[in-house]
Amino acid sequence: MGLEATTGRLADAVAWARKYSLFTYPFATACCAMEYMSLMGPRYDVARYGAEFPRFSPRQADMLLVVGTITERQAPVLKRIYDQICEPKWVVSFGVCASSGGFYQNYTTLPGIDHVIPVDVYIPGCPPRPEQVLDALVMLQDKIQRHDGYSQRMIELEKREAQMKKKKKHGSSTETSA
Amino acid sequence: MSKAALDRLVEHLRDGVISTHAHRGDETAVIDRSLIRSACLWLRDTEGLEFNMLSDLTAVDYYTMGREPRFEVVYHLHSLTLKQRLRVKVGVPEEDPVVDTVCDIWQVANWCEREVWDLYGIRFKDHPDMRRILMYEEFDGHPLRKDYPKDKRQPLYRRPQHEIDEALAGRPGSGHRPGFGPRNLLES
Amino acid sequence: MYGSDRLRSVSAPELDEGMPTEEMVLNVGPSHPATHGTVHIKLWLDGEQVTGAQVNVGYLHRGFEKECEAHTYGENFPYTDRLNYVSPMLNNVGYALAVEKLLGVEAPERAQYIRMIVGELARLCDHLTYSAAQVAEMGAFTPFFYAIKARDFLWDILEEISGARLTHSYVRIGGVAADMPDGWVERTLATLVQVETVIKEIDTLMTRNRIFMDRMQNVAVFSKEEAISHGWTGPCLRGSGVDYDVRKDYPYLFYDRLDFEVPIGTAGDNMDRYLVRMEEMRQSISMIKQCFDQIPEGDYQLHDPRITIPPKQQSYNTIEGLINHFKIVVDGIEVPAGEAYTYIEGGNGELGFYIVSDGTGRPLKCRCRPPCFMLMTALEKLLVGHMIADLVPTFDTLNMIGGECDR
Ligand code: SF4
Repeated sequence: MGLEATTGRLADAVAWARKYSLFTYPFATACCAMEYMSLMGPRYDVARYGAEFPRFSPRQADMLLVVGTITERQAPVLKRIYDQICEPKWVVSFGVCASSGGFYQNYTTLPGIDHVIPVDVYIPGCPPRPEQVLDALVMLQDKIQRHDGYSQRMIELEKREAQMKKKKKHGSSTETSA
Repeated sequence: MSKAALDRLVEHLRDGVISTHAHRGDETAVIDRSLIRSACLWLRDTEGLEFNMLSDLTAVDYYTMGREPRFEVVYHLHSLTLKQRLRVKVGVPEEDPVVDTVCDIWQVANWCEREVWDLYGIRFKDHPDMRRILMYEEFDGHPLRKDYPKDKRQPLYRRPQHEIDEALAGRPGSGHRPGFGPRNLLES
Repeated sequence: MYGSDRLRSVSAPELDEGMPTEEMVLNVGPSHPATHGTVHIKLWLDGEQVTGAQVNVGYLHRGFEKECEAHTYGENFPYTDRLNYVSPMLNNVGYALAVEKLLGVEAPERAQYIRMIVGELARLCDHLTYSAAQVAEMGAFTPFFYAIKARDFLWDILEEISGARLTHSYVRIGGVAADMPDGWVERTLATLVQVETVIKEIDTLMTRNRIFMDRMQNVAVFSKEEAISHGWTGPCLRGSGVDYDVRKDYPYLFYDRLDFEVPIGTAGDNMDRYLVRMEEMRQSISMIKQCFDQIPEGDYQLHDPRITIPPKQQSYNTIEGLINHFKIVVDGIEVPAGEAYTYIEGGNGELGFYIVSDGTGRPLKCRCRPPCFMLMTALEKLLVGHMIADLVPTFDTLNMIGGECDR
């Protein structure tokens, strides 16, 4: 009991640390990237939220910001980048193109990046205003604090499953010995 | 655009010119498909014409209008020295969609011709590198042809079914939409 | 003397002399910090020297033409916005001019002046973004912030006139969507003063900067003849020393009434392409001021029931107005059959629209002549023979915009 409470608080502390030091990997492809530049710029200054520094290597990042239209041709590229990011990781889909394909519904555009990778926060808008993006960032921070991100839950689930397996094995072995 | 240049082209090619028009002041000549290379060379190198730049090269599909021949390849020529322009077109039938390349006359034609091949499926004879340019190699068909459906996708990658099933069953991914919205159901 | 002149004179083969090298293939992109937008460059390297290059574009092909064929002429403006998304207004203007040419109409004088003003503002945005990306990707972050700050100022006034920060869709067939708001002229002029200061700041920080100069001068030299053969236009062609500017040579709108200079480069290297753009910004500012002096009173839109939708007052209160509105929105403007090609000076050069109409409300073909697609055809040649570090500044000076290059 006491141990659980401590670990719980420790995990919360880790999540708290994580949410204020998000390292972004901007997968910037299209017009939304212009708005992303503004977001980085002096007026909207995303640095206030601790997510200012773009890391251009997926290995060093933990937040994938998909900025702009993703085409069918880019889908495998996006998947590959997502796979390279270390866990836990979060995905924000910036703009309607990334979220649903937007007003490009044709042979070449992907109807939303969730056909390829799981997404944590969707930002509507074509392009979204920087205020909207900051709002989404705060929402993501809440999500991280609640241990509610997709990959966070996945890790949790795997841990639980492994524990259960271990227990089962243990239980069955005692049965046979008895 | 330039009336004088059009007149000279007509005079030079005679029977090779199928029709001409000057709709909205754009002088245009439709010429015989087999003459395009020699005509372009002549237009570039003749004094008084000097079309040293190929502004644009593209194709049009007249399938919905039922016109014969089905395709047209359109060349927009521009002379930087004399400040004049001319549009040259060649008709291309569907059964034998081949045109001679002009990419050694103007280097820019290299990529433009690749684009026309990619989107319309018109081949250019003697082109050094006839690959797709905008679409991927795995793509089947030519998307800008009028008979290619606008939203027929050819996915390169989709999430595996078990991930989507998991999400639908309320397991970890249930917080996000796994690509099963009503729109996607309608599509498939 | 900073000593860098001496370093400069040591060419790549000399540096590698005596060093055993073997050919290496390096993939840059599709997602790479130095490639704003997605493009894949495959390099063959001998040591640090590039011996061969292959450029693969098309990662952002969004089916512009197919979408245009499926929508009415009026509905296509948002799609044109997203071609060269750094200067959406210029695309709007180019497309509107093409449809107007097919229709055989002309917008009122005031509308044309407004188009020139917003067009030049968009050109300022384009060149500011170019310089921001150029210097940031070469490692200098401060000018990036300056340029973005100035661009935000410009976006504010563009937002005020059009309602959107980036994707304006402000121009209409037969005019513009709305007149200039009250006090907009004064605010624009005040903003231009601020922007001018920022340009000066960037200029002092970068143009005479030793490191910047060394990385830009005599790198990726492109000759006149080759530039023409590669279909180059705009600042890059002028950097190579060819005097061609659509605004001067084929004046459209009222550019023939303005007094401006066209900067021309001499060497055709990266530095010239950068300097031409810096000078163009100053010219644009002076052009906008002249436009404000000359702009006449009058209507901002044609009043032709076949082309423009009636005022809201009418479409809400009269049946004729309502039907008229409905017809134009649903069926589109009926453009007589024919074809037309118009070209304007876009951010990257000659931005052409070739539209074929079959007499219905939707175009049979709507082709955009993308200036930076033509610029990119030369990248393979530009890179060969240089060091790998020269890739970044060279690629940047071409100012490839994914939306326009791949459409
Ligand atoms: S959402 Fe709009 S602005 Fe963003 S990439 Fe898509 S089209 Fe461009």
